[in-house]
Amino acid sequence: MDTQALWLTLRLALTTTVLLLLIALPAAWWIASGTGAARALVQAVVALPLVLPPTVLGFYVLIAIGPRSPVGALYARLTGGLLPFSFAGLLVASVLYSMPFTVQPMAAAFGSVDRKLLEAAWCLGVSRAGTFRRVVVPLARPGIATAAILSFAHTVGEFGVVLMVGGNIAGVTRTVSISIYDQAQSLDYSGAWHTSLLLVGFSFVVLAVTYSWQRRAWMLWPPH
Amino acid sequence: MALPGGFRLDAALALPLDQAPVTVLFGPSGAGKTTLLRLLAGLERPGAGKIVFRDRTWCDIERGVWLDPQQRRAGLVFQHYALFPHLTVERNVAFAGKAQAAARMMERFGLGGLAGRLPRAISGGEQQRVALARALAAEPDLLLLDEPLSALDAAARIRTRRELRGLLAGAGVPSIVVTHDRTEAIALADWMAVMVDGRILQTGPVREVFARPASAQVAEAVGVENILPAEIVSRAGGLLRLRVGSAALECLDGGESGPVLVSIRAEDVALTRDPARASTQRNRLSGVVRAIAIEGALARVEMDCGFPLVALVTAQSAADLDLLPGESLAAIVKTTSVHLIAAG
Repeated sequence: MDTQALWLTLRLALTTTVLLLLIALPAAWWIASGTGAARALVQAVVALPLVLPPTVLGFYVLIAIGPRSPVGALYARLTGGLLPFSFAGLLVASVLYSMPFTVQPMAAAFGSVDRKLLEAAWCLGVSRAGTFRRVVVPLARPGIATAAILSFAHTVGEFGVVLMVGGNIAGVTRTVSISIYDQAQSLDYSGAWHTSLLLVGFSFVVLAVTYSWQRRAWMLWPPH
Repeated sequence: MALPGGFRLDAALALPLDQAPVTVLFGPSGAGKTTLLRLLAGLERPGAGKIVFRDRTWCDIERGVWLDPQQRRAGLVFQHYALFPHLTVERNVAFAGKAQAAARMMERFGLGGLAGRLPRAISGGEQQRVALARALAAEPDLLLLDEPLSALDAAARIRTRRELRGLLAGAGVPSIVVTHDRTEAIALADWMAVMVDGRILQTGPVREVFARPASAQVAEAVGVENILPAEIVSRAGGLLRLRVGSAALECLDGGESGPVLVSIRAEDVALTRDPARASTQRNRLSGVVRAIAIEGALARVEMDCGFPLVALVTAQSAADLDLLPGESLAAIVKTTSVHLIAAG
């Protein structure tokens, strides 16, 4: 079993989840409280990875972070390294790819907080930011937990995007899913067996624990 | 002031908040009372208009002045209280962050025993006290209450009504209470503003407004059952003689002239079978019973006395009189209970 790939995957999933939570908190709040055309457009962009083949997303990310793109050039100037086929590049792709799994449950949870409670807080002199922190976030906690777990699990399970953007470099970009593909291709069936079984067990435990927290059935099923 | 969506609120409302601690904003559902309250709280932004509280302008759209709810110091008690469901009673009351004021309110509202409970674990009446304590613990300059008793069941409503009057009168802060309930208005208010179709039609001391509606619309809104067109026939000795339908009525001469409406509250009409004899009753109308409807402890008797007249008597006296439709009866209305409203 490829323990190096296992650790890399966990590190990637954990970092992606933390970054996504930071991005999605304000983004989901904006979507939940907004109206109009701008909101619909942002929602559509966030949901795109649900529809697109991972190869399409991976391809564009690869181009966008390549050394000839402004982002890639800036990164090269700052760090001296290149984004494609690096852990950082993988991180960018994972964040984009798992975005809907964080933003959607969070926006749904924010949207279900009674607006009267926000207004009550404002009338008590509490700022909008303070209201978000003291009323919205605590009441949306189950939705936020769901968002975090789904982003983590989805990142663990990604394959196509990783292959496009990261390639297959041991210790740098070779995740568990790539490692299984590798093992199967090289007819190392026993290795593939072990790693696959581990992934199935892990995913099952995560989902079972999450569902046991939810009161409503299927609340966290992604709108795939 | 004009609101988006074409709704217009014509509320030239100047309230003597400092002399009258409790003002009731009264009117039928859909009159715009809650909207007016939300405008005052800063939760709704008008397209045009101006709100001045004491010497501070809260909103003056033409001059680009707008204060957010946080800057207005107007405490709002929502219809369903909007307590924070994830916080205990104590932390709800202390939400505004003024610990001393919160502790004072916990004590004054007798909430000590509920301090650690969550809102869903206390009764409706208790929730209302918590909401009021929470609003006052923010030390507001003005208190706004939206239908504060409507979320309670009937028994709790009557109990809480009396208690609420005491709490509001002693709050040290003027309050505006929205209600569509007549009894509630009378029980709570010092001052009253009647609102119909987005317009404030009359303001004044509460008894004054109920006793002397300034227009037929106000009379209808405050629930005066008998509003009838009348004609002034003659005036003598401080009394006016009126023709209403085919009958005659007398009332005090307030200097009215021209076409008028007569308003008589149904509870001010007495019914009797006694034959006419000398008494101080100047308005004694013979008529025929048209219909009787028992409404709880009261009976609503519709009469034809040359004009339709509704009387509200106790169900017990209706039974004692053995009232039946088609019977002849006399209706008595005291001269002082006949009020004139200038028509037109």
